[in-house]
Amino acid sequence: MDISFLLNGETVQLTVEDPTVTVLDWLRETQGLCGTKEGCNEGDCGACTVMVSDASGNQALNSCILFLPQLNGKALRTVEGLATGDELHPVQQAMVDEHGSQCGFCTPGFVMSMATAHANDAVDHDDQLVGNLCRCTGYAPIIRAAKKVEGAPKPEWLGRDRWFVDRMLKEHDYASPTVLYEFAAWYKENPDATLIAGATDVGLWVTKGLRDLGKVCFLKQIEELAVIEKTENGLVIGAGASIAQVRDAVEPYYRDFAEMLRRFASEQVRNAGTIGGNIANGSPIGDCPPALIALGATITLQCGFETRELAIEDFFIEYGKQDIGAGEFVRSIFIPDQPDRVKCYKLSKRFDQDISAVCGCISITVTDGVVTDARVAFGGMAGTPRRALAVEKALISKPWTYESVAGVLPRMMLDFIPMTDMRASAEYRMKAAQGMLQRYVLEDFDHETRVLEVSS
Amino acid sequence: MSIHKPTPHEAATLHVTGRARYTDDVPLPSNTLHLAFGVSSVAFGQIADLNLSAVEAAKGVVAVYTAADIPGENDVSPIAHDEVMLAQAWVQYAGQPIFLVVADSHLNARKAARLAQVSYTEHTPSLSVDQAMAGDNPFEKAQKFRKGEPQDALKASAHQISGRIDMGGQEHFYLEGQVAAAIPQENGDMLVHSSTQHPTEVQHKVAHILDVPFNAVRVETRRMGGGFGGKESQANLPAGACALAAHLTGRPCKMRYDRDDDMIITGKRHDFRIEYNVGFDDSGKLNSVIMEHFTRCGWAMDLSLPVADRAMFHSDNAYNLPHAEIVSHRLRTNMASATAYRGFGGPQGALAIERVMDHIASHLGVDPLAVRRANFYVNGDTTPYHMEISDSVIAPLVDQLAASSDYEKRRAEIEAENLANSTAILRRGIALTPVKFGISFTLTKYNQAGALVHIYTDGSIHMNHGGTEMGQGLFTKVGQVAAHEFGVTLDDVKITATDTAKVPNTSATAASSGTDLNGMAVQDACETLKARLQKMLRGHFKTKAVAKFADGRITLGKHQIAFKDAVAMAYDARIQLSATGFYTTPKIKWDREAGRGHPFYYFAYGAAVSEVVIDTLTGENRILRTDILHDAGKSLNQAIDVGQIEGGFVQGAGWLTTEELVWDAKGHLKTHAPSTYKIPACSDRPPVFNVELFENENVEPTIHKSKAVGEPPFLLGMSVFFALSHAIGSAGNRDVYPSLNAPATPEEVLKTIYRLDGGGYGY
Repeated sequence: MDISFLLNGETVQLTVEDPTVTVLDWLRETQGLCGTKEGCNEGDCGACTVMVSDASGNQALNSCILFLPQLNGKALRTVEGLATGDELHPVQQAMVDEHGSQCGFCTPGFVMSMATAHANDAVDHDDQLVGNLCRCTGYAPIIRAAKKVEGAPKPEWLGRDRWFVDRMLKEHDYASPTVLYEFAAWYKENPDATLIAGATDVGLWVTKGLRDLGKVCFLKQIEELAVIEKTENGLVIGAGASIAQVRDAVEPYYRDFAEMLRRFASEQVRNAGTIGGNIANGSPIGDCPPALIALGATITLQCGFETRELAIEDFFIEYGKQDIGAGEFVRSIFIPDQPDRVKCYKLSKRFDQDISAVCGCISITVTDGVVTDARVAFGGMAGTPRRALAVEKALISKPWTYESVAGVLPRMMLDFIPMTDMRASAEYRMKAAQGMLQRYVLEDFDHETRVLEVSS
Repeated sequence: MSIHKPTPHEAATLHVTGRARYTDDVPLPSNTLHLAFGVSSVAFGQIADLNLSAVEAAKGVVAVYTAADIPGENDVSPIAHDEVMLAQAWVQYAGQPIFLVVADSHLNARKAARLAQVSYTEHTPSLSVDQAMAGDNPFEKAQKFRKGEPQDALKASAHQISGRIDMGGQEHFYLEGQVAAAIPQENGDMLVHSSTQHPTEVQHKVAHILDVPFNAVRVETRRMGGGFGGKESQANLPAGACALAAHLTGRPCKMRYDRDDDMIITGKRHDFRIEYNVGFDDSGKLNSVIMEHFTRCGWAMDLSLPVADRAMFHSDNAYNLPHAEIVSHRLRTNMASATAYRGFGGPQGALAIERVMDHIASHLGVDPLAVRRANFYVNGDTTPYHMEISDSVIAPLVDQLAASSDYEKRRAEIEAENLANSTAILRRGIALTPVKFGISFTLTKYNQAGALVHIYTDGSIHMNHGGTEMGQGLFTKVGQVAAHEFGVTLDDVKITATDTAKVPNTSATAASSGTDLNGMAVQDACETLKARLQKMLRGHFKTKAVAKFADGRITLGKHQIAFKDAVAMAYDARIQLSATGFYTTPKIKWDREAGRGHPFYYFAYGAAVSEVVIDTLTGENRILRTDILHDAGKSLNQAIDVGQIEGGFVQGAGWLTTEELVWDAKGHLKTHAPSTYKIPACSDRPPVFNVELFENENVEPTIHKSKAVGEPPFLLGMSVFFALSHAIGSAGNRDVYPSLNAPATPEEVLKTIYRLDGGGYGY
């Protein structure tokens, strides 16, 4: 596979022998660029963060789960490429001045996340940096540094990188298609290939599972697959849209869904990971499916030129088994227009960058004080993301009161027999899921129920 | 003047540009080999069959070694010679290394390591405290401190309570995992690059493994990407493996653990169960405290005895216990061997007495701060180990913090709000907790340090000492000391990698003692050199004036000379421009058998106020505000000290909230990656975070009257835990004490709320 990209302003053209070599390993082992660090090798610590730019903008990404071919046609900046001669990038200087480094090992990753945020004029520093773990500083000086450089001049190379990238010829072949129908036809003939979009999950098959993926196909160059469109009666989201793009797209319509996506993994993972991947991998603890179930979304699957549609909850058959055929892929998701009644409750040991123990997404329609529709969906309560059908049924036609909700809570036990694992016990999952339904009704009656909204 | 200044970290610019070189970044010859361990999949058993043929045949594999290939001693333990590098007949924990793969790449080594076919004769592992107590096979007999007549005093007390607190361990999660490289030298010598807090111990272990004298092994450590105690003894294993493979293959060998391997193989903070019986008066003033510690030490002794000792030493925290008995059980379990972790048992011991304070306050229905104040040490009191307290500042320090944080008013508001709104889902809590932390290694012999200082003929200075840099700013502070002594700038002082060939027989950089010990050793070396220069200059200027070193010049009365010129003159006069320095901590003595002595040179103090909010439907919780006042003596570097305090607090809060280690029933660690083990992230720090240094200076003549600051601030995180306890206590029957356990995950918080009302938590 031939690829070309910019590395710290210099053009790199190479033939990739193994398409699952990570950018981190390539930088450190082949290029001798050891500033980028391996902390966890699974995209959870951010020590390997790099900046990747293309026409759509600048993104912080975890290079440990970024495969080299994913750089094709883009500009890569590493910590070695930030300074201009002897002049440090403003975030580097601020990190020195504010004592933002102690052991220094996480620092290159932080600096790259901060430089990317700075390039994008992003000042939601906690959200920008939550994918970078630091064990020494307690983060306070790092945030002081991030605040200090708000509005500081941007380095000249940002514009130069973009100028080159816009003119760079993107290599493409079967493993890195750009046209949706070409890909669909090819995949139908090659259903054994592993599809790679953001690689935030597949990356770990390689770095942790040590799997040889065999035939692979990189999907991120298919622009059509990532289109998000508001139609007359709903929102159509291409499966290739990143979580970050989905968050922006749903924000005007479904504020709490967007708020949950703010807490989805980290900036690096939200930039890389796709909504299609979050559905297609069939995880019982992915955060998009419960929200989409609560919103009554449908998904479109495609095989060759054929497409079919199904309710998203029907896609998940049982743990590890989805309704998807050989050569078939998730094409898009449709969310029908509706009043914004959905609330999304993501419960985890840590608020940010954590996998949910339980993710409850609830949408209850009330007409004249009576429940007329209820969609109560959970992740983490069963082998698949699922609706609490017994609870929903019991709620219909009940007056919309706390007492009604309290009365149906025991029915949750008919709906789910949750498991105990390292994230939570079965008992806790059940109590918390019931608590989420209580929270929904209390919140509807204007009670304060969210610790994240309490001011200091 | 370079001391008492907030100078940036000496390597800050290297850090932010990615040019700071860590062990994994050291350029090695192109024929370097890479290593990975094959590990046990069972917690306790005998190896029935070990078939490595698929490993040997795997792509890129050069060799596979087992215990039989070790020429010397198969041991990587710090003390007891009980920790085999590679398992022999028995495996003692899930994750224990059995064989070592040597391959042409890191990835090939990891892939091959999974191909072994190992069968075991499994035995029932000892995993829980109860199993270990029943098994009756501790690492040593139960240890005891005793002061006064605790049993009689307990019975005679107006009030008595008893309880138990369980607290989890903690994964270090240094961002740089364990890593080492070994490069064979001529004549069988070995050069080792190791990410270790204890280069000398690595030197010793490598020498024993290779069966060579210590002088055949040289260990170099420029910096670690975080240590926190996790590289005090745990670095021996990868360094030993590299040395073994380098010795046997004759090629350079490097090993870095993949993160999951790191978390599975290496030891963690000791978890503790502590049971207490306490007697006190109507004001909450303690009369008698009887405590029993149970700690799971894992399969090998490692540093567990001194860790468990330090937990006992801190079972008083900042309080006078008129009568006390502290008993400690050091339990053998089939888990990774628990090891040093910032605080070294101190936080665990202190958490229990803070629990007692909180429990007493609940019992009496008063503000826990009133109970704490009633019990603070005053100078002249003695500890449960019979050391007289002579430097306590805890009462004024707490008064100052309570005022600056507006503690009383805020607590009253929260109490009123919680009482007025009995159905509120969200509840706030606040707590102020103090810290008193003993400074010195409790094994007296470790309290020594050496240094080596050269002045070159251009006036530039090369400084070396026995301490290691893990981010704590040791090199910066010690560099400041040297620059101050010679009256030059920090830029004139080259701070160099720790190297067993430059300063020998060093102690671990641990116990917060790095600056205290090495700063004094460097000062000693500088003074030797200054005395030589002074003698020369007195002769030259024909004066008896004292030489003053400042601003790049040496002044003797009315005579003055540039430092550089004096150095050049000294060379010409054939005066030695290199000196060693040495320091031993005075005053300390400890009789472990009697449980009596003066084990600490001094104490460091501090206090924190934290406010939290909890959700009583899910147990979710977060910190809203933290105020800290901490005693770093007369700070050598305020920026570095504040950094230690902020970072220590957040790490301590993480230990007690989100950081949960989970093992399954067969002894497999289930939280072995950052995806499942959650250290605090950026948004978990207190949104309002006020940190101040307490105006103080050490009463002892430490280096420029400063105090150690590495570990003590970790204990400030306790304020979060007791703020949570406060919030939880408001959410149910107030006659029941919450008895919150750590870590206070959302689940633990919710479970505790259910317990308050006697409600069943199951379903």
